Amino acid sequence: MSHPVLHVDQVTKRFGGFTAVDNVSLTLRPGERFGLIGPNGSGKTTLINCISGALRSTEGRVTFDGHDVSTLPAYKRTRRGIARSFQIPRPFKSMTVLENLLVAIDFAAVGHGLNARQQESEVTAILDKMGLGSKTHVLSSQLSQVELRKMELARAVASRPKLLISDEAMAGLSSSEIDEVLDLLIALNKDGITIIMIEHIMHAVMRFSDRVLCMEAGRVIAEGAPKDVMANPRVQEAYLGV
Amino acid sequence: MRGNGFWLAAAAFISAAYGLTVFATNDYVFFAGYIILQFMVLATAWNILGGYAGYVNFGTNAFFGLGVYTAVFMAKAFGAPLLLQILVAGLVGAVLGFAVGLLTLRMHGIFFSIATIAMSIIIETFIINWKFVGGASGVQLLRPPPTAPFDSYIRMLFVIAAVMVVLAVAVARYVQNSWIGRGLRAVRDDEIAAECTGVPTLQLKLLACSISGFFLCAMGAPAAMYLQYADPASAFNLNYSVSALAMSLIGGTAHWIGPLLGALLLASTQQLLTVTISSEVNVLVLGLMLVLFVVGAPDGLIGLYRRFFKPKSSDPSGGSSAP
Repeated sequence: MSHPVLHVDQVTKRFGGFTAVDNVSLTLRPGERFGLIGPNGSGKTTLINCISGALRSTEGRVTFDGHDVSTLPAYKRTRRGIARSFQIPRPFKSMTVLENLLVAIDFAAVGHGLNARQQESEVTAILDKMGLGSKTHVLSSQLSQVELRKMELARAVASRPKLLISDEAMAGLSSSEIDEVLDLLIALNKDGITIIMIEHIMHAVMRFSDRVLCMEAGRVIAEGAPKDVMANPRVQEAYLGV
Repeated sequence: MRGNGFWLAAAAFISAAYGLTVFATNDYVFFAGYIILQFMVLATAWNILGGYAGYVNFGTNAFFGLGVYTAVFMAKAFGAPLLLQILVAGLVGAVLGFAVGLLTLRMHGIFFSIATIAMSIIIETFIINWKFVGGASGVQLLRPPPTAPFDSYIRMLFVIAAVMVVLAVAVARYVQNSWIGRGLRAVRDDEIAAECTGVPTLQLKLLACSISGFFLCAMGAPAAMYLQYADPASAFNLNYSVSALAMSLIGGTAHWIGPLLGALLLASTQQLLTVTISSEVNVLVLGLMLVLFVVGAPDGLIGLYRRFFKPKSSDPSGGSSAP
């Protein structure tokens, strides 16, 4: 087995007396499609905040690509190849779609030494792939919800990630839009990007994931093949209360 | 790029300022003109942190006052020439900007602004209690003779201020159009998203705070010799903070030309009112204009211009990048 792209080792995150993530471990192989599920407030977003560096874990270690990144600030983790989208889109509102992506290229892909023209052609290529080609020069504050979701993924891709974390990129979208975003994620995965998908839309998770992990109240309650996890009585109880 | 045009305009600006010192007969032009140029520098410098990064610094007066007193100290202790006073004041300002940034830039929004006010009170208190530079009662200064080719000190100060305007604007323009500016805009729009997109937010803010501090403090240095007197109450006057902020907002914070225009408009009006009506009215005008613009044109003069002449454009620099 090739060495893991991400190894989360017994990570705990406490906010004062509240334990949001409790002793969670997981290992991702390169190129894997990983689904992270769990009811609201179960600690999914906190866990990926600890992985991406938006929060620092209270205990435990995060190893990425063979290096311990537990103490690195978020921007350094992004430069190493961890990119993410946000549950509620966070575009740079005063900028066009093009400029949003250029931020990622300027700062995250900093070592690639592209000149201005190469940068723009790379952005154009990413936007075309994402189906946002016609929006290149539109202000990001004028995008629709699905376009914002796609732009966030495009901005993440522009930082040339090895691992992409998609935090509910499909929330609030129509079913055809969900399929669009799902196809995009699968296409990105085919390009070799390992993907963690957090999602409440079960058929999307089932279709997408090689492996699923379910959290409840900060703990891992099930992990394995999507079908097995969904059949797990504890998962059903957590979700449906039956 | 319009790079050459900018430098030609800058050269023309300095030449015009120098030409004025040769041909104008009335010294009052330079007393009033110096103040306008001074506020152009202050507003431009303030905007590097306050406009580009969106961190509203209320401590302009702290930087300015510290610049005044750095000049006083350098003159009294070492008899340093004016240019050295300005340079040292600039460096002191950059260090202060960095140090204050380190302490306060982890705070956001209103909390950062309050911290900068606290900083200015602390520095002013320190100066009030420092006897060597005059303490609370202030200190008289004697101007040395002007350096050739100038035959009057105020005319020399006027040209120096004009050069400082060009330097401050050149730096602000570079910051705006480079990757630094793009990063600062990302910080202003959404700091968490910026950090997660690879932007070293704290470092960029510290850089902006240091550059801003350099010019705010440097511009304080010649003010000592301009007035030939320095006292804490006027050197640390909160008016500097309010003016720098108001001028930037009224001009528009998104582009380097905004603070420049805002300062030109407001400082000229204030000078005019000071002479024609009274020096108290000019503060009132500042407040009124600020209210008018915040309500009627929240993006300042730049915003007005774009609304009427260039709909839909977002980036005046053309979106090119200069790493």
